[in-house]
Amino acid sequence: MRLAVRELLRRPGRFGVVGGALTVLVLLLLFLGGLLDGLYLNSTGAVRTLDADAIVFSDDARQSFLRSEITAELRDRIERIDGVDAVGGLGFALLGVQIPGETETSDAAVTGYELASDELPDPPAPGEAHADRQLADAGAAVGDEVLVGPAEVPLTIVGFVDDTNYLQQGGLWVEPGTWRDVLAQNRPDAVVPDDSFQALVVRVSDGADAEAVAASIDEATGSTDTLSETETISAIPGITEQNATFTAVIGVTVFVAGLVVALFFALLTLERLGLYAVLKAFGGSSRTLVAGVVVQSVVVTVVAFAVGAALTFALVQIVPSGIPLQLEAARALSTFFSVTVAAVIGALVSLRRIIKIDPASAIGAGA
Amino acid sequence: MSSPPALHLDAVRKTYRSGDEEVVALDHATLDVGRDELIALVGPSGSGKTTLLSVAGALLEPTEGTVEVGGTDVTALSDKERTAFRGREIGFVFQAVNLVPFLTARENLLIVAEMNGGLDSAAKKRADTLLDELGLGHRMGNQPGELSGGERQRVAIARALMNEPRLVLFDEPTSALDTELGEQVMDLIRREVKGRGVGGIMVTHDTRMTHHADRTIEIIDGKLQHPARSVR
Repeated sequence: MRLAVRELLRRPGRFGVVGGALTVLVLLLLFLGGLLDGLYLNSTGAVRTLDADAIVFSDDARQSFLRSEITAELRDRIERIDGVDAVGGLGFALLGVQIPGETETSDAAVTGYELASDELPDPPAPGEAHADRQLADAGAAVGDEVLVGPAEVPLTIVGFVDDTNYLQQGGLWVEPGTWRDVLAQNRPDAVVPDDSFQALVVRVSDGADAEAVAASIDEATGSTDTLSETETISAIPGITEQNATFTAVIGVTVFVAGLVVALFFALLTLERLGLYAVLKAFGGSSRTLVAGVVVQSVVVTVVAFAVGAALTFALVQIVPSGIPLQLEAARALSTFFSVTVAAVIGALVSLRRIIKIDPASAIGAGA
Repeated sequence: MSSPPALHLDAVRKTYRSGDEEVVALDHATLDVGRDELIALVGPSGSGKTTLLSVAGALLEPTEGTVEVGGTDVTALSDKERTAFRGREIGFVFQAVNLVPFLTARENLLIVAEMNGGLDSAAKKRADTLLDELGLGHRMGNQPGELSGGERQRVAIARALMNEPRLVLFDEPTSALDTELGEQVMDLIRREVKGRGVGGIMVTHDTRMTHHADRTIEIIDGKLQHPARSVR
Protein backbone atom coordinates (compact mmCIF):
# COMPACT_ATOMS: atom_id res chain seq x y z
CA MET A 1 0.00 0.00 0.00
CA ARG A 2 2.79 2.39 1.00
CA LEU A 3 4.65 1.36 -2.13
CA ALA A 4 1.66 2.33 -4.30
CA VAL A 5 1.22 5.69 -2.59
CA ARG A 6 4.96 6.47 -2.76
CA GLU A 7 4.98 5.76 -6.48
CA LEU A 8 2.07 8.17 -6.93
CA LEU A 9 3.82 10.86 -4.93
CA ARG A 10 7.27 10.42 -6.44
CA ARG A 11 6.38 9.54 -10.01
CA PRO A 12 3.17 11.54 -10.56
CA GLY A 13 4.11 12.02 -14.20
CA ARG A 14 3.61 8.30 -14.86
CA PHE A 15 -0.06 8.70 -14.02
CA GLY A 16 -0.45 11.93 -15.98
CA VAL A 17 -1.87 10.30 -19.10
CA VAL A 18 -4.52 8.23 -17.32
CA GLY A 19 -5.25 11.11 -14.92
CA GLY A 20 -5.65 13.52 -17.85
CA ALA A 21 -7.91 11.14 -19.76
CA LEU A 22 -10.06 10.55 -16.66
CA THR A 23 -10.26 14.30 -16.00
CA VAL A 24 -11.60 14.90 -19.51
CA LEU A 25 -14.09 12.04 -19.07
CA VAL A 26 -15.22 13.41 -15.68
CA LEU A 27 -15.66 16.84 -17.28
CA LEU A 28 -17.71 15.25 -20.07
CA LEU A 29 -19.79 13.23 -17.60
CA LEU A 30 -20.53 16.21 -15.35
CA PHE A 31 -21.32 18.36 -18.37
CA LEU A 32 -23.67 15.74 -19.85
CA GLY A 33 -25.21 15.14 -16.43
CA GLY A 34 -25.61 18.90 -15.96
CA LEU A 35 -27.35 19.20 -19.32
CA LEU A 36 -29.64 16.29 -18.54
CA ASP A 37 -30.51 17.71 -15.13
CA GLY A 38 -30.98 21.19 -16.60
CA LEU A 39 -33.30 19.91 -19.32
CA TYR A 40 -35.16 17.66 -16.91
CA LEU A 41 -35.63 20.26 -14.17
CA ASN A 42 -36.56 22.97 -16.63
CA SER A 43 -39.21 20.75 -18.21
CA THR A 44 -40.73 19.35 -15.04
CA GLY A 45 -40.60 22.18 -12.46
CA ALA A 46 -44.28 23.00 -12.96
CA VAL A 47 -45.31 19.46 -11.99
CA ARG A 48 -42.80 19.00 -9.17
CA THR A 49 -43.79 22.29 -7.52
CA LEU A 50 -47.42 21.21 -7.10
CA ASP A 51 -46.80 18.76 -4.22
CA ALA A 52 -49.42 16.54 -5.85
CA ASP A 53 -50.09 13.00 -4.63
CA ALA A 54 -51.99 12.38 -7.87
CA ILE A 55 -52.89 14.29 -11.02
CA VAL A 56 -56.15 13.57 -12.81
CA PHE A 57 -56.39 13.72 -16.62
CA SER A 58 -59.37 12.91 -18.79
CA ASP A 59 -58.88 9.42 -20.14
CA ASP A 60 -58.97 10.52 -23.78
CA ALA A 61 -56.12 13.02 -23.24
CA ARG A 62 -53.31 10.45 -23.56
CA GLN A 63 -51.80 11.97 -20.40
CA SER A 64 -51.34 15.42 -21.94
CA PHE A 65 -52.37 18.58 -20.07
CA LEU A 66 -53.16 20.40 -23.32
CA ARG A 67 -55.52 17.66 -24.55
CA SER A 68 -57.17 17.01 -21.20
CA GLU A 69 -60.37 18.47 -19.79
CA ILE A 70 -61.98 17.78 -16.42
CA THR A 71 -65.49 19.14 -15.90
CA ALA A 72 -66.90 20.60 -12.69
CA GLU A 73 -69.21 17.60 -12.38
CA LEU A 74 -66.27 15.18 -12.47
CA ARG A 75 -64.41 17.28 -9.94
CA ASP A 76 -67.38 17.19 -7.62
CA ARG A 77 -67.38 13.36 -7.72
CA ILE A 78 -63.65 13.17 -7.15
CA GLU A 79 -63.81 15.46 -4.12
CA ARG A 80 -66.22 13.03 -2.43
CA ILE A 81 -63.99 9.99 -2.78
CA ASP A 82 -62.56 8.53 0.44
CA GLY A 83 -58.95 9.51 1.02
CA VAL A 84 -59.13 12.68 -1.10
CA ASP A 85 -58.11 15.60 1.09
CA ALA A 86 -57.81 18.50 -1.35
CA VAL A 87 -58.45 19.04 -5.04
CA GLY A 88 -57.21 21.97 -7.12
CA GLY A 89 -57.71 22.86 -10.78
CA LEU A 90 -54.76 23.18 -13.11
CA GLY A 91 -54.32 24.45 -16.66
CA PHE A 92 -51.50 25.54 -18.94
CA ALA A 93 -51.16 27.93 -21.87
CA LEU A 94 -47.81 28.04 -23.67
CA LEU A 95 -47.31 31.50 -25.12
CA GLY A 96 -44.78 34.21 -25.85
CA VAL A 97 -44.41 37.04 -23.35
CA GLN A 98 -43.09 40.56 -23.85
CA ILE A 99 -41.10 41.94 -20.95
CA PRO A 100 -40.95 45.74 -20.79
CA GLY A 101 -37.60 47.05 -22.03
CA GLU A 102 -36.68 43.74 -23.72
CA THR A 103 -36.68 43.43 -27.49
CA GLU A 104 -36.93 39.64 -27.59
CA THR A 105 -40.08 37.78 -26.69
CA SER A 106 -39.60 35.17 -23.96
CA ASP A 107 -41.38 31.81 -23.73
CA ALA A 108 -43.81 31.43 -20.87
CA ALA A 109 -46.11 28.78 -19.48
CA VAL A 110 -49.13 30.65 -18.10
CA THR A 111 -50.45 28.28 -15.46
CA GLY A 112 -53.77 28.63 -13.75
CA TYR A 113 -53.84 26.95 -10.32
CA GLU A 114 -55.76 26.83 -7.09
CA LEU A 115 -53.67 24.98 -4.48
CA ALA A 116 -50.63 26.59 -2.91
CA SER A 117 -47.64 24.36 -2.11
CA ASP A 118 -44.39 24.67 -0.17
CA GLU A 119 -42.81 26.46 -3.13
CA LEU A 120 -45.89 28.10 -4.58
CA PRO A 121 -47.81 30.86 -2.74
CA ASP A 122 -51.60 31.18 -2.92
CA PRO A 123 -52.84 32.29 -6.34
CA PRO A 124 -52.45 36.05 -6.83
CA ALA A 125 -55.26 38.49 -7.60
CA PRO A 126 -56.78 38.54 -11.12
CA GLY A 127 -54.38 40.09 -13.65
CA GLU A 128 -51.35 39.33 -11.49
CA ALA A 129 -48.74 36.57 -11.69
CA HIS A 130 -45.98 34.89 -9.70
CA ALA A 131 -43.19 34.55 -12.28
CA ASP A 132 -40.46 31.96 -12.45
CA ARG A 133 -36.91 33.20 -11.79
CA GLN A 134 -36.09 32.39 -15.44
CA LEU A 135 -38.17 35.40 -16.45
CA ALA A 136 -36.22 37.55 -14.00
CA ASP A 137 -33.05 36.39 -15.79
CA ALA A 138 -34.77 37.43 -19.04
CA GLY A 139 -35.22 40.95 -17.63
CA ALA A 140 -38.52 40.93 -15.74
CA ALA A 141 -38.85 42.61 -12.35
CA VAL A 142 -41.53 42.76 -9.65
CA GLY A 143 -44.10 45.37 -10.66
CA ASP A 144 -43.48 44.90 -14.39
CA GLU A 145 -46.50 44.55 -16.60
CA VAL A 146 -45.74 41.81 -19.12
CA LEU A 147 -47.84 41.26 -22.24
CA VAL A 148 -48.86 37.68 -22.90
CA GLY A 149 -49.41 36.15 -26.35
CA PRO A 150 -50.42 37.76 -29.63
CA ALA A 151 -53.42 39.38 -27.86
CA GLU A 152 -50.96 41.06 -25.44
CA VAL A 153 -52.94 40.29 -22.29
CA PRO A 154 -51.30 42.31 -19.49
CA LEU A 155 -50.13 40.54 -16.32
CA THR A 156 -48.44 42.28 -13.42
CA ILE A 157 -45.59 40.39 -11.80
CA VAL A 158 -46.03 40.40 -8.02
CA GLY A 159 -43.21 38.04 -7.05
CA PHE A 160 -40.81 35.34 -8.19
CA VAL A 161 -40.79 31.58 -7.61
CA ASP A 162 -38.01 29.06 -8.30
CA ASP A 163 -37.93 25.90 -10.36
CA THR A 164 -41.49 26.05 -11.74
CA ASN A 165 -40.93 25.88 -15.52
CA TYR A 166 -42.82 23.70 -17.93
CA LEU A 167 -41.14 22.41 -21.14
CA GLN A 168 -38.31 24.96 -20.80
CA GLN A 169 -40.85 27.82 -20.63
CA GLY A 170 -40.83 30.27 -17.73
CA GLY A 171 -43.79 29.75 -15.41
CA LEU A 172 -46.31 32.56 -14.94
CA TRP A 173 -48.59 31.37 -12.16
CA VAL A 174 -52.05 32.97 -12.14
CA GLU A 175 -55.50 32.39 -10.64
CA PRO A 176 -57.86 30.27 -12.81
CA GLY A 177 -59.94 33.22 -14.12
CA THR A 178 -56.83 34.97 -15.44
CA TRP A 179 -55.66 31.75 -17.11
CA ARG A 180 -59.06 31.34 -18.80
CA ASP A 181 -58.90 34.95 -19.95
CA VAL A 182 -55.39 34.49 -21.40
CA LEU A 183 -56.56 31.35 -23.23
CA ALA A 184 -59.76 32.98 -24.52
CA GLN A 185 -57.91 35.93 -25.98
CA ASN A 186 -54.91 34.07 -27.41
CA ARG A 187 -56.05 30.50 -28.04
CA PRO A 188 -59.81 30.57 -28.55
CA ASP A 189 -59.61 27.01 -29.92
CA ALA A 190 -58.21 25.73 -26.62
CA VAL A 191 -60.64 27.42 -24.26
CA VAL A 192 -62.20 25.18 -21.62
CA PRO A 193 -65.64 25.98 -20.20
CA ASP A 194 -65.91 27.96 -16.96
CA ASP A 195 -65.37 25.71 -13.90
CA SER A 196 -63.56 23.15 -16.08
CA PHE A 197 -59.80 22.62 -15.93
CA GLN A 198 -57.29 20.68 -17.98
CA ALA A 199 -56.31 18.55 -14.97
CA LEU A 200 -56.79 18.29 -11.23
CA VAL A 201 -54.16 18.24 -8.51
CA VAL A 202 -55.15 15.79 -5.77
CA ARG A 203 -53.70 15.60 -2.27
CA VAL A 204 -54.69 12.59 -0.22
CA SER A 205 -55.56 12.53 3.51
CA ASP A 206 -52.87 11.65 6.04
CA GLY A 207 -52.27 7.92 6.05
CA ALA A 208 -54.16 7.30 2.78
CA ASP A 209 -52.43 5.34 0.04
CA ALA A 210 -52.04 7.64 -2.97
CA GLU A 211 -51.98 4.75 -5.42
CA ALA A 212 -55.19 3.29 -4.02
CA VAL A 213 -56.90 6.69 -4.06
CA ALA A 214 -55.85 7.17 -7.69
CA ALA A 215 -57.38 3.81 -8.58
CA SER A 216 -60.58 4.74 -6.71
CA ILE A 217 -60.83 8.00 -8.66
CA ASP A 218 -60.57 6.26 -12.04
CA GLU A 219 -63.04 3.61 -10.94
CA ALA A 220 -65.54 6.15 -9.64
CA THR A 221 -65.44 8.44 -12.66
CA GLY A 222 -64.94 5.87 -15.40
CA SER A 223 -63.52 8.61 -17.59
CA THR A 224 -60.26 9.73 -15.95
CA ASP A 225 -56.64 8.65 -16.01
CA THR A 226 -55.03 9.44 -12.66
CA LEU A 227 -51.23 9.48 -12.47
CA SER A 228 -48.68 9.89 -9.72
CA GLU A 229 -46.26 12.82 -9.88
CA THR A 230 -43.53 10.54 -11.31
CA GLU A 231 -45.87 9.16 -13.96
CA THR A 232 -47.00 12.67 -14.87
CA ILE A 233 -43.38 13.75 -15.31
CA SER A 234 -42.65 10.71 -17.49
CA ALA A 235 -45.67 11.61 -19.61
CA ILE A 236 -44.32 15.10 -20.36
CA PRO A 237 -43.42 15.08 -24.07
CA GLY A 238 -39.81 14.02 -24.70
CA ILE A 239 -38.82 13.44 -21.06
CA THR A 240 -38.51 9.64 -21.24
CA GLU A 241 -36.66 9.75 -24.57
CA GLN A 242 -34.38 12.53 -23.32
CA ASN A 243 -33.53 10.61 -20.13
CA ALA A 244 -32.90 7.38 -22.01
CA THR A 245 -30.62 9.09 -24.55
CA PHE A 246 -28.54 10.92 -21.97
CA THR A 247 -28.36 7.89 -19.68
CA ALA A 248 -27.06 5.79 -22.58
CA VAL A 249 -24.39 8.37 -23.46
CA ILE A 250 -23.39 8.69 -19.79
CA GLY A 251 -23.25 4.90 -19.43
CA VAL A 252 -20.99 4.54 -22.45
CA THR A 253 -18.72 7.31 -21.12
CA VAL A 254 -18.42 5.56 -17.73
CA PHE A 255 -17.58 2.34 -19.57
CA VAL A 256 -14.88 4.20 -21.52
CA ALA A 257 -13.47 5.52 -18.21
CA GLY A 258 -13.21 1.94 -16.94
CA LEU A 259 -11.62 0.87 -20.20
CA VAL A 260 -9.01 3.65 -20.01
CA VAL A 261 -8.06 2.63 -16.46
CA ALA A 262 -7.99 -1.06 -17.40
CA LEU A 263 -5.73 -0.41 -20.37
CA PHE A 264 -3.39 1.85 -18.41
CA PHE A 265 -2.91 -0.55 -15.50
CA ALA A 266 -2.62 -3.53 -17.84
CA LEU A 267 0.28 -1.76 -19.56
CA LEU A 268 1.75 -0.67 -16.23
CA THR A 269 1.55 -4.27 -14.97
CA LEU A 270 3.38 -5.50 -18.07
CA GLU A 271 6.08 -2.95 -17.34
CA ARG A 272 6.23 -4.06 -13.71
CA LEU A 273 6.41 -7.83 -14.28
CA GLY A 274 10.06 -7.93 -13.18
CA LEU A 275 9.46 -5.77 -10.14
CA TYR A 276 6.42 -7.78 -9.07
CA ALA A 277 8.37 -11.04 -9.46
CA VAL A 278 11.10 -9.65 -7.16
CA LEU A 279 8.57 -8.45 -4.59
CA LYS A 280 6.89 -11.87 -4.66
CA ALA A 281 10.29 -13.55 -4.20
CA PHE A 282 10.76 -11.41 -1.09
CA GLY A 283 7.47 -12.66 0.34
CA GLY A 284 5.02 -10.15 -1.17
CA SER A 285 1.58 -11.63 -1.79
CA SER A 286 -0.52 -11.13 -4.94
CA ARG A 287 -3.14 -9.59 -2.67
CA THR A 288 -0.75 -6.86 -1.52
CA LEU A 289 0.29 -6.11 -5.11
CA VAL A 290 -3.29 -6.02 -6.42
CA ALA A 291 -4.34 -3.81 -3.49
CA GLY A 292 -1.58 -1.40 -4.52
CA VAL A 293 -2.95 -1.20 -8.07
CA VAL A 294 -6.49 -0.63 -6.77
CA VAL A 295 -5.29 2.11 -4.41
CA GLN A 296 -3.51 3.82 -7.29
CA SER A 297 -6.58 3.65 -9.52
CA VAL A 298 -8.77 5.13 -6.76
CA VAL A 299 -6.31 7.95 -5.97
CA VAL A 300 -5.96 8.81 -9.66
CA THR A 301 -9.76 8.83 -9.99
CA VAL A 302 -10.24 11.05 -6.93
CA VAL A 303 -7.69 13.58 -8.23
CA ALA A 304 -9.14 13.43 -11.77
CA PHE A 305 -12.61 13.95 -10.35
CA ALA A 306 -11.52 16.97 -8.29
CA VAL A 307 -9.81 18.59 -11.29
CA GLY A 308 -12.66 17.61 -13.66
CA ALA A 309 -15.27 19.03 -11.27
CA ALA A 310 -13.33 22.29 -10.90
CA LEU A 311 -13.05 22.58 -14.68
CA THR A 312 -16.77 21.87 -15.08
CA PHE A 313 -17.57 24.54 -12.51
CA ALA A 314 -15.40 27.03 -14.42
CA LEU A 315 -17.03 26.01 -17.69
CA VAL A 316 -20.52 26.54 -16.27
CA GLN A 317 -19.63 30.17 -15.55
CA ILE A 318 -18.95 30.87 -19.22
CA VAL A 319 -21.74 28.79 -20.77
CA PRO A 320 -24.44 31.06 -22.32
CA SER A 321 -27.54 31.31 -20.11
CA GLY A 322 -29.71 29.83 -22.88
CA ILE A 323 -28.13 26.40 -22.33
CA PRO A 324 -30.03 24.68 -19.51
CA LEU A 325 -26.96 23.45 -17.61
CA GLN A 326 -27.63 22.61 -13.97
CA LEU A 327 -24.94 21.21 -11.64
CA GLU A 328 -26.56 19.07 -8.96
CA ALA A 329 -24.76 17.60 -5.93
CA ALA A 330 -26.54 14.27 -6.43
CA ARG A 331 -25.29 14.12 -10.03
CA ALA A 332 -21.71 14.89 -8.91
CA LEU A 333 -21.94 12.14 -6.27
CA SER A 334 -23.33 9.55 -8.69
CA THR A 335 -20.68 10.49 -11.27
CA PHE A 336 -17.93 10.14 -8.67
CA PHE A 337 -19.30 6.80 -7.52
CA SER A 338 -19.73 5.36 -11.01
CA VAL A 339 -16.31 6.52 -12.26
CA THR A 340 -14.61 5.17 -9.12
CA VAL A 341 -16.35 1.80 -9.45
CA ALA A 342 -15.44 1.68 -13.17
CA ALA A 343 -11.81 2.50 -12.30
CA VAL A 344 -11.60 -0.19 -9.61
CA ILE A 345 -13.11 -2.77 -11.97
CA GLY A 346 -10.69 -1.56 -14.67
CA ALA A 347 -7.74 -1.94 -12.31
CA LEU A 348 -8.88 -5.42 -11.34
CA VAL A 349 -8.54 -6.50 -14.98
CA SER A 350 -4.83 -6.83 -14.15
CA LEU A 351 -5.63 -9.15 -11.22
CA ARG A 352 -5.19 -12.37 -13.20
CA ARG A 353 -1.91 -11.30 -14.70
CA ILE A 354 -0.52 -10.27 -11.30
CA ILE A 355 -1.60 -13.54 -9.69
CA LYS A 356 0.07 -15.47 -12.52
CA ILE A 357 3.44 -13.74 -12.10
CA ASP A 358 5.91 -16.42 -11.06
CA PRO A 359 8.44 -15.21 -8.49
CA ALA A 360 10.90 -17.75 -9.97
CA SER A 361 11.04 -15.55 -13.07
CA ALA A 362 13.10 -13.05 -11.03
CA ILE A 363 15.97 -15.56 -11.10
CA GLY A 364 17.98 -15.73 -14.27
CA ALA A 365 16.48 -12.51 -15.63
CA GLY A 366 19.40 -10.60 -17.09
CA ALA A 367 20.02 -6.91 -16.62
CA MET B 1 22.96 -31.83 18.60
CA SER B 2 24.49 -29.90 15.71
CA SER B 3 22.33 -27.28 14.03
CA PRO B 4 20.98 -28.13 10.59
CA PRO B 5 22.77 -26.80 7.49
CA ALA B 6 21.56 -23.62 5.81
CA LEU B 7 20.48 -25.74 2.83
CA HIS B 8 20.05 -29.45 2.39
CA LEU B 9 19.12 -30.85 -1.03
CA ASP B 10 18.50 -34.57 -1.14
CA ALA B 11 18.13 -36.30 -4.52
CA VAL B 12 16.27 -33.33 -5.95
CA ARG B 13 14.87 -33.84 -9.40
CA LYS B 14 13.08 -31.25 -11.49
CA THR B 15 11.58 -32.03 -14.86
CA TYR B 16 9.59 -29.99 -17.35
CA ARG B 17 7.40 -31.07 -20.21
CA SER B 18 8.33 -29.72 -23.58
CA GLY B 19 5.77 -31.02 -26.05
CA ASP B 20 5.83 -34.81 -25.67
CA GLU B 21 9.32 -34.81 -24.22
CA GLU B 22 10.35 -34.68 -20.60
CA VAL B 23 13.26 -32.32 -20.01
CA VAL B 24 15.35 -33.03 -16.91
CA ALA B 25 16.55 -29.69 -15.55
CA LEU B 26 17.89 -31.06 -12.28
CA ASP B 27 18.91 -34.68 -11.92
CA HIS B 28 19.07 -36.08 -8.40
CA ALA B 29 20.99 -33.14 -7.00
CA THR B 30 22.27 -33.64 -3.49
CA LEU B 31 24.01 -30.80 -1.72
CA ASP B 32 24.57 -29.34 1.75
CA VAL B 33 25.46 -25.69 2.28
CA GLY B 34 26.81 -24.88 5.73
CA ARG B 35 25.81 -21.95 7.90
CA ASP B 36 28.75 -19.76 6.98
CA GLU B 37 29.61 -21.32 3.67
CA LEU B 38 29.67 -19.66 0.27
CA ILE B 39 29.35 -21.93 -2.74
CA ALA B 40 30.00 -20.91 -6.31
CA LEU B 41 27.79 -22.68 -8.81
CA VAL B 42 29.17 -22.70 -12.34
CA GLY B 43 28.14 -24.36 -15.56
CA PRO B 44 27.24 -23.66 -19.15
CA SER B 45 23.99 -21.99 -20.14
CA GLY B 46 21.03 -24.34 -19.80
CA SER B 47 22.88 -26.62 -17.39
CA GLY B 48 20.36 -26.14 -14.56
CA LYS B 49 21.96 -23.37 -12.46
CA THR B 50 18.83 -21.22 -12.46
CA THR B 51 16.62 -24.21 -11.68
CA LEU B 52 18.81 -25.19 -8.74
CA LEU B 53 18.77 -21.63 -7.41
CA SER B 54 14.98 -21.42 -7.84
CA VAL B 55 14.43 -24.76 -6.08
CA ALA B 56 16.84 -23.84 -3.27
CA GLY B 57 15.06 -20.49 -2.89
CA ALA B 58 11.63 -22.16 -2.51
CA LEU B 59 10.52 -20.40 -5.69
CA LEU B 60 10.05 -23.66 -7.56
CA GLU B 61 8.74 -26.99 -6.32
CA PRO B 62 10.94 -29.98 -7.15
CA THR B 63 9.43 -32.95 -8.98
CA GLU B 64 11.14 -35.32 -6.53
CA GLY B 65 13.43 -35.07 -3.54
CA THR B 66 13.70 -32.99 -0.41
CA VAL B 67 14.65 -29.34 0.04
CA GLU B 68 15.38 -28.21 3.58
CA VAL B 69 16.28 -24.64 4.48
CA GLY B 70 17.60 -24.33 8.05
CA GLY B 71 16.04 -27.70 8.83
CA THR B 72 12.57 -26.88 7.47
CA ASP B 73 11.29 -29.08 4.64
CA VAL B 74 9.97 -26.42 2.25
CA THR B 75 8.42 -29.02 -0.07
CA ALA B 76 5.97 -29.85 2.72
CA LEU B 77 4.70 -26.25 2.96
CA SER B 78 1.58 -24.87 1.26
CA ASP B 79 2.00 -22.10 -1.35
CA LYS B 80 1.06 -19.47 1.21
CA GLU B 81 3.35 -20.90 3.89
CA ARG B 82 6.18 -21.15 1.40
CA THR B 83 5.77 -17.48 0.39
CA ALA B 84 5.89 -16.44 4.04
CA PHE B 85 8.82 -18.76 4.74
CA ARG B 86 10.73 -17.32 1.79
CA GLY B 87 10.15 -13.80 3.08
CA ARG B 88 11.53 -14.74 6.49
CA GLU B 89 14.33 -17.18 5.79
CA ILE B 90 15.76 -16.62 2.30
CA GLY B 91 17.47 -13.62 0.76
CA PHE B 92 17.98 -12.96 -2.94
CA VAL B 93 20.39 -10.82 -4.92
CA PHE B 94 19.19 -10.75 -8.51
CA GLN B 95 21.27 -10.30 -11.61
CA ALA B 96 19.23 -7.26 -12.70
CA VAL B 97 19.55 -5.85 -9.14
CA ASN B 98 15.87 -4.89 -9.43
CA LEU B 99 15.70 -2.23 -6.78
CA VAL B 100 12.40 -0.35 -6.69
CA PRO B 101 13.34 2.76 -8.68
CA PHE B 102 11.20 5.27 -6.82
CA LEU B 103 12.22 4.20 -3.31
CA THR B 104 15.31 5.36 -1.46
CA ALA B 105 18.06 2.89 -0.55
CA ARG B 106 16.64 2.68 2.98
CA GLU B 107 13.06 2.18 1.75
CA ASN B 108 14.26 -0.57 -0.60
CA LEU B 109 15.34 -2.47 2.50
CA LEU B 110 12.20 -1.66 4.46
CA ILE B 111 9.95 -2.91 1.66
CA VAL B 112 11.14 -6.44 2.46
CA ALA B 113 9.98 -6.04 6.06
CA GLU B 114 6.76 -4.41 4.87
CA MET B 115 5.96 -7.23 2.45
CA ASN B 116 6.33 -9.62 5.37
CA GLY B 117 4.20 -7.54 7.69
CA GLY B 118 7.05 -6.55 10.00
CA LEU B 119 7.68 -2.87 9.37
CA ASP B 120 8.45 -1.78 12.92
CA SER B 121 11.14 0.28 14.64
CA ALA B 122 13.39 -2.80 14.90
CA ALA B 123 13.23 -3.21 11.10
CA LYS B 124 14.08 0.46 10.61
CA LYS B 125 17.02 0.15 12.96
CA ARG B 126 18.21 -2.95 11.17
CA ALA B 127 17.99 -1.23 7.77
CA ASP B 128 20.05 1.69 9.08
CA THR B 129 22.64 -0.66 10.62
CA LEU B 130 22.92 -2.75 7.45
CA LEU B 131 23.39 0.29 5.24
CA ASP B 132 25.98 1.69 7.65
CA GLU B 133 27.86 -1.60 7.69
CA LEU B 134 27.84 -1.79 3.92
CA GLY B 135 29.24 1.72 3.67
CA LEU B 136 26.00 3.27 2.46
CA GLY B 137 25.07 5.25 5.56
CA HIS B 138 25.43 8.52 3.67
CA ARG B 139 23.41 7.26 0.69
CA MET B 140 20.35 5.84 2.44
CA GLY B 141 18.14 8.74 1.30
CA ASN B 142 19.13 8.38 -2.34
CA GLN B 143 17.05 6.63 -4.97
CA PRO B 144 18.68 3.93 -7.16
CA GLY B 145 19.02 6.33 -10.09
CA GLU B 146 21.30 8.48 -7.96
CA LEU B 147 23.57 5.57 -6.97
CA SER B 148 26.54 4.05 -8.82
CA GLY B 149 26.42 0.43 -10.09
CA GLY B 150 28.48 -0.77 -7.13
CA GLU B 151 26.32 1.10 -4.65
CA ARG B 152 23.18 -0.35 -6.16
CA GLN B 153 24.62 -3.86 -5.86
CA ARG B 154 25.49 -3.19 -2.22
CA VAL B 155 21.93 -2.00 -1.56
CA ALA B 156 20.69 -5.24 -3.19
CA ILE B 157 22.95 -7.25 -0.86
CA ALA B 158 21.73 -5.30 2.16
CA ARG B 159 18.15 -5.94 1.03
CA ALA B 160 18.88 -9.69 0.82
CA LEU B 161 20.13 -9.61 4.42
CA MET B 162 17.29 -7.49 5.72
CA ASN B 163 15.15 -10.25 7.24
CA GLU B 164 18.13 -12.07 8.78
CA PRO B 165 17.85 -15.03 6.40
CA ARG B 166 19.48 -18.43 6.83
CA LEU B 167 20.27 -18.68 3.15
CA VAL B 168 21.15 -16.03 0.57
CA LEU B 169 21.10 -16.75 -3.15
CA PHE B 170 23.19 -14.59 -5.49
CA ASP B 171 22.34 -14.66 -9.19
CA GLU B 172 25.34 -13.41 -11.19
CA PRO B 173 26.13 -10.70 -8.62
CA THR B 174 29.10 -9.29 -10.51
CA SER B 175 27.95 -9.62 -14.11
CA ALA B 176 27.27 -5.90 -14.53
CA LEU B 177 30.42 -4.75 -12.71
CA ASP B 178 34.01 -4.24 -13.81
CA THR B 179 36.75 -6.40 -12.29
CA GLU B 180 37.70 -4.01 -9.51
CA LEU B 181 34.12 -3.37 -8.45
CA GLY B 182 33.36 -7.09 -8.86
CA GLU B 183 36.19 -7.94 -6.45
CA GLN B 184 34.92 -5.41 -3.92
CA VAL B 185 31.39 -6.78 -4.11
CA MET B 186 32.66 -10.38 -3.75
CA ASP B 187 34.74 -9.37 -0.73
CA LEU B 188 31.61 -7.89 0.76
CA ILE B 189 29.51 -10.98 -0.01
CA ARG B 190 32.09 -13.26 1.55
CA ARG B 191 32.43 -11.06 4.60
CA GLU B 192 28.66 -10.92 5.12
CA VAL B 193 28.19 -14.67 4.66
CA LYS B 194 30.98 -15.46 7.09
CA GLY B 195 30.21 -12.68 9.57
CA ARG B 196 26.47 -13.38 9.79
CA GLY B 197 26.64 -17.15 9.67
CA VAL B 198 24.37 -17.56 6.66
CA GLY B 199 24.73 -20.02 3.82
CA GLY B 200 25.25 -18.60 0.34
CA ILE B 201 25.02 -19.93 -3.19
CA MET B 202 26.36 -17.77 -5.97
CA VAL B 203 25.62 -18.55 -9.58
CA THR B 204 28.32 -17.08 -11.76
CA HIS B 205 29.82 -17.25 -15.21
CA ASP B 206 32.75 -15.19 -14.02
CA THR B 207 35.57 -17.63 -13.18
CA ARG B 208 37.65 -14.71 -11.82
CA MET B 209 35.27 -14.54 -8.87
CA THR B 210 35.03 -18.19 -7.88
CA HIS B 211 38.11 -18.01 -5.64
CA HIS B 212 36.03 -16.05 -3.15
CA ALA B 213 33.85 -19.12 -2.59
CA ASP B 214 34.58 -21.95 -0.16
CA ARG B 215 33.72 -24.45 -2.84
CA THR B 216 33.00 -24.33 -6.51
CA ILE B 217 30.49 -26.82 -7.84
CA GLU B 218 29.92 -27.39 -11.49
CA ILE B 219 26.57 -28.38 -12.91
CA ILE B 220 26.25 -29.99 -16.31
CA ASP B 221 22.98 -31.24 -17.82
CA GLY B 222 21.30 -30.93 -14.44
CA LYS B 223 23.86 -33.07 -12.61
CA LEU B 224 26.09 -31.68 -9.87
CA GLN B 225 29.65 -32.71 -10.71
CA HIS B 226 31.19 -32.31 -7.26
CA PRO B 227 28.52 -32.81 -4.69
CA ALA B 228 31.04 -32.85 -1.85
CA ARG B 229 29.73 -32.24 1.64
CA SER B 230 30.59 -28.92 3.06
CA VAL B 231 33.05 -28.43 5.86
CA ARG B 232 31.35 -26.93 8.92
